[in-house]
Amino acid sequence: MSDYNFAYLDEQTKRMIRRAILKGLAIPGYQVPFASREMPMPYGWGTGGVQVSAATLTPEDTLKVIDQGADDTTNAVSIRKFFEKTAEVGTTTETSAATVIQTRHRIPEEDLSEDQILVYQVPIPEPLRFLEPRETETRKMHALEEYGLMHVKLYEDIAKHGHIATSYAYPVKVEDRYVMDPSPIPKFDNPKMEMSAIQLFGAGREQRIYALPPYTKVVSLDFEDHPFDPSKAPHACALCGAEDSYLDEVITDDKGGRMFVCSDTDYCEKRRAEGHTGDLTKETAA
Amino acid sequence: MEALELTGGFFDPAPEAARAFRQIMTVMAKPGTILDLDQAEAPAPVSKAAATLLLTLCDPDTGIYLAGDADTDAVRNWINFHIGAPLVSAATCDFAVGTWEALAPLSQFKIGTSEYPDRSASLIVESDVLENQGAVLQGPGIKDRAALSLPETAAFQANQMLFPLGLDFYFTQGSRVAALPRTTEVR
Repeated sequence: MSDYNFAYLDEQTKRMIRRAILKGLAIPGYQVPFASREMPMPYGWGTGGVQVSAATLTPEDTLKVIDQGADDTTNAVSIRKFFEKTAEVGTTTETSAATVIQTRHRIPEEDLSEDQILVYQVPIPEPLRFLEPRETETRKMHALEEYGLMHVKLYEDIAKHGHIATSYAYPVKVEDRYVMDPSPIPKFDNPKMEMSAIQLFGAGREQRIYALPPYTKVVSLDFEDHPFDPSKAPHACALCGAEDSYLDEVITDDKGGRMFVCSDTDYCEKRRAEGHTGDLTKETAA
Repeated sequence: MEALELTGGFFDPAPEAARAFRQIMTVMAKPGTILDLDQAEAPAPVSKAAATLLLTLCDPDTGIYLAGDADTDAVRNWINFHIGAPLVSAATCDFAVGTWEALAPLSQFKIGTSEYPDRSASLIVESDVLENQGAVLQGPGIKDRAALSLPETAAFQANQMLFPLGLDFYFTQGSRVAALPRTTEVR
C-alpha cells in the first residue's frame, strides 16, 4: 500500500488537467491554461511534464523518461523514481517498450507508434513571449492569427547572420492556425513532430498545456528562399557510427579534443549491441 | 434515494479514472475510434459510457446540463452524490448529456471566445448506433480517413467552420464511446 494517491496528484487536480489535455487535443497548438500545482521538485525540472504524465498514467503503463535524449541524467532518473514510487508503474529505458515517454528537449530517434504517448516538459510555452512580453497582447495575437512579428524575427536572423539562426525551440505552425513552441527540442527534431503518437506538452511554471493528436500537420516556419533546414553536426557518432542521429559535442581534454556522440542513449546502445562501431569504439577494439 | 443513485461509481477511483481517461483521451486524439468505457453506471437512461465520462471528467468545477429524457430525479441525485457538479442551463454548461434530438439546437451551447477557445461545451451524445461507417472523417488524429455513424453531417460541418471555436462531441452507445473534436472535417 502506497502512502500516495495513485500518481501523486489528488483526483480533482487530475480531472482538471485531464480536461485541459482534452481541450488541447481538440484545438491543436492552442495553449490551454491550467491550475498548475506545486510539485516536489523545483520549477524548471519538469513540473509541467510530471503533472501531465501523472494525469495520463495508468497502473499498466511502462514509463520512459529522457533528458536531452539520455535516460541516465539526474532529471530523468529522479522523475522515473518519482513515478516508480507514487504510481508503481513499470519503467524502461527502451524506447519501443515504453507506453508513455516523458521528455525534456528531445524526440527519440526511433519512430514512435500509435500506442505511445510523448509528454514534453516545456519551460516557456509561448513562442511569441520573447518578442512580446505581455500575455494580454500575445493572447490577442493568437486570437487574430497575427504572427507577422515571428516572421520579422526570422527575417532579422537572415539579415544579420545570412541564415535563420534559431537552432532549438524553432517555431512551428499547427494545422495552418496556431504558431506553437515545440519546446526546446533541436530543430533537427521538428520534422518528427508529424508522428503517429499522441504528443502532450506541459508547462508547470507558466501553467499551460497543449497537445498534438497523431498525424497533425506541423510545419516549421520558413521563407521560400530560405527553406527550413533541420541541420545537425556534420559528424558520425563516435560510439556507434550513426550518421542519422542528433549528436552531442563532448569536450574530452583541455587541448581542444572533442567527440560527437548520439544524444539518444537508447538508440546508441541499441546500435552498439547490434555491432555498429564508431571512431572511438574501433580504436579501443584494435 | 434509490439504491442505484448511491451505487455505480468507481470501485477503486484513482486507477479506474486513469484507465477511463486513457480511453477518453485516445478517442479524442483519434476521431472515429470506438473504444469500451464501462467503469461506471448511472440510472437509466444514461449509458455506462456517458456515466463514466461524467465521473471521469466532471466535478464541482464543471456545470452539467441534462437534456430531455436524461433529466430525471434519479440522474440528478446520482450526479449530486457521485460528482457534486452543479446542474446548469445549456447556455452555461461545460458538459451536456442527451440524445441528439434533445441537445438541439447546438447554437445554445458555449463555443468559446477567440482568445479562449477552450471555454466551450463538450456534448455527450447518447446514440442508438455507433459503428465505423457512414460519415467520412478527415483531420488531425486521422491517418488517411475514418468513418463514423453520425446523426447528420451538416451540423458538424458548420461546427468545423467555427474552428478554433466550436463544440467537441462524444458519442456514447451502451459501454462504447467515440469522439469528434471541432477540427474534424466531416463529409
